[in-house]
Amino acid sequence: MSRAFTTLEAVAAPLPQPNVDTDAILPARFLKRIEVAGLGAALFHEWRYAADGKERPEFVLNQAPYRDARILVAGANFGCGSSRENAVWALYDHGIRCVIAPSFGDIFYNNSVNYGLLAVVLEPARVEALSALLTAKPGTRLQVDLPAQCVRAPGLGPAGFAIAAHAKHRLLHGLDEIALTLEREPEIAAYEARRRKERPWLFAD
Amino acid sequence: MPSLFTKIWSEHVVAERDDGSALLYIDRQLLHEVSSPHPFEALHEAKRRVRRAGAMLAVQDHNVPTTPDRLARVADPESATQIRLLRENARSAGIRLFDLDDERQGIVHVIGPENGFVQPGMTLVCGDSHTATLGAFGAIAFGVGASEVGHVLATQALWQRRPREMRIVVDGSLRSGVAAKDVILAIIARIGASGGTGHAIEYAGGTIARFSMEQRMTVCNMSIEAGARFGLIAPDHTTLEYLRGRPLAPGPRHWDAAAAYWRTLPSDPDARFDREVRIDAAALSPHVTWGTSPQDALPIDARVPEPDEAADAAERARRRRALEYMGLAPGTPLASIAVDRVFIGSCTNSRIEDLRAAAAVARGRRVAPGVKAMVVPGSGLVRRQAEAEGLDEIFRAAGFEWRLPGCSMCVAMNPDRLEPGERCASTSNRNFEGRQGKGGRTHLVSPAMAAAAAVAGHLADVRELLQ
Ligand code: SF4
Repeated sequence: MSRAFTTLEAVAAPLPQPNVDTDAILPARFLKRIEVAGLGAALFHEWRYAADGKERPEFVLNQAPYRDARILVAGANFGCGSSRENAVWALYDHGIRCVIAPSFGDIFYNNSVNYGLLAVVLEPARVEALSALLTAKPGTRLQVDLPAQCVRAPGLGPAGFAIAAHAKHRLLHGLDEIALTLEREPEIAAYEARRRKERPWLFAD
Repeated sequence: MPSLFTKIWSEHVVAERDDGSALLYIDRQLLHEVSSPHPFEALHEAKRRVRRAGAMLAVQDHNVPTTPDRLARVADPESATQIRLLRENARSAGIRLFDLDDERQGIVHVIGPENGFVQPGMTLVCGDSHTATLGAFGAIAFGVGASEVGHVLATQALWQRRPREMRIVVDGSLRSGVAAKDVILAIIARIGASGGTGHAIEYAGGTIARFSMEQRMTVCNMSIEAGARFGLIAPDHTTLEYLRGRPLAPGPRHWDAAAAYWRTLPSDPDARFDREVRIDAAALSPHVTWGTSPQDALPIDARVPEPDEAADAAERARRRRALEYMGLAPGTPLASIAVDRVFIGSCTNSRIEDLRAAAAVARGRRVAPGVKAMVVPGSGLVRRQAEAEGLDEIFRAAGFEWRLPGCSMCVAMNPDRLEPGERCASTSNRNFEGRQGKGGRTHLVSPAMAAAAAVAGHLADVRELLQ
């Protein structure tokens, strides 16, 4: 399922509030859809649309330069709450390829890597500076460089970020984790055989 | 030296990578109809097979209506499709399913434990963030996304980075009217909605040790509301007595060996934790949330806080926004806030002890005029037990609706949901915007506090009703 990410230079949108949960990113009723294509239309649904279905002009992704944002600069604990990977799918389907925040919900972070969306953790002060820049100069383009593990913004120095080596490798090449793990089947089978002897009650199925 | 978490983790490492992640063997996976269709589809497309069907257990819960007509027909076509897909996928893979007509059907985190599917020392995953509920058995149980569900279906293993470890020690006796729910709400208020991010939390101390399995599950359930994917409690006599004789627990042939192993699992006395938090249970009052994050919990005798009292600008803005969404003014006494709906249910609080606690308050009282209140047992087995004890009669006589099991009004994916602007006292775990229905306003409380709100017509201190 995985998609590749290398470098990206694109318009970024600020969404600085903390604790944006996955129910806000994609309300639960949209989890009933089997079809992933088109989920982007439901992204941030309650914040993006009024009760009559019209766009709320005050929401950042409804404003002109930010409509085309492919990077989101978010607040702390972005993606907290439910494990729905559908939240990542909706972001991706809308065109977002990278979210930058001071911290993420743990499950959301893993889901992002697994689907091919880059989640970048930067120092809170740096994220605030980026948000301020994007608000002051709408349409500002950021450069996200995964090989160099670096975010560049006009007027601010480059900011390095950490990412686990394997997650980086998978993102760069869009690798399917299941295929990689299946190559380790002999190790899994050996573990299982040993454990079957030691803890037989776990294999009474 | 090792902690409970470390012991279980180490036992499950199949392989390690030098970036610090480990391939963990996963003993069990629970499946529900919402997070499983995509992984099954991907599995079929890649022509892969379910590696170990016997390690899986499936149930439909999120989408299911809680009214009796659900057996004849599920009106919502998208819900009906997800319910049917799980049925088909389970059947073709040979996975055990508790279908809608099975008395064992219920919320995924309720049915796993009550059938003995979850045991100490296990690793267990489910495509659902409240899987930490099952850590109450002394297991590494955690929520995963759809890709990871598929990974476990195909490989029975999962790559994970080892979390840091936190221990939360709860000591002291709870005062009358104070529940396990209040303990976990107080913990989340203390450490914050991201206080446990990147951590596994072990709950320990005398209060936890005296808790029943039901109470322990309530505590572990909301670990994710503090940001932690893992919440766990050392297995002890209570755990073993709960498991003994359950259909999927080890039978007589293996029981002694299993029990002997389980007794080795608790953290060693000198185990080290990255962070330690202490909670005085005796000082706690019943809690209620006022905002749109579970960390927004306060004692029931408090008032809605002033946003401007928050330390930083982002938090001030968040609070203002939360109060606007909740339709509340700063300074309002929490115990004066009128409710339209009351929901007793969800994987946090729908087990038999929860229903008993709510029934003790509802007994001989009436739901206040204008309030719609419902009780949704966590499973068919809980429902049967409650009916055997006459709890359904108490609820019905008081004016509560008595429903069939499911996630119900915890999540707006089935017919039970709030209308815009409706305010609800709810025993569920998330007060996020729109969680119980678009525009709905949620106040998280314990089962006894929910029953108190139902009869009072507003958020109320249950201790006044218990006197
Ligand atoms: S009861 Fe609520 S929190 Fe629990 S599994 Fe169902 S939807 Fe999720």
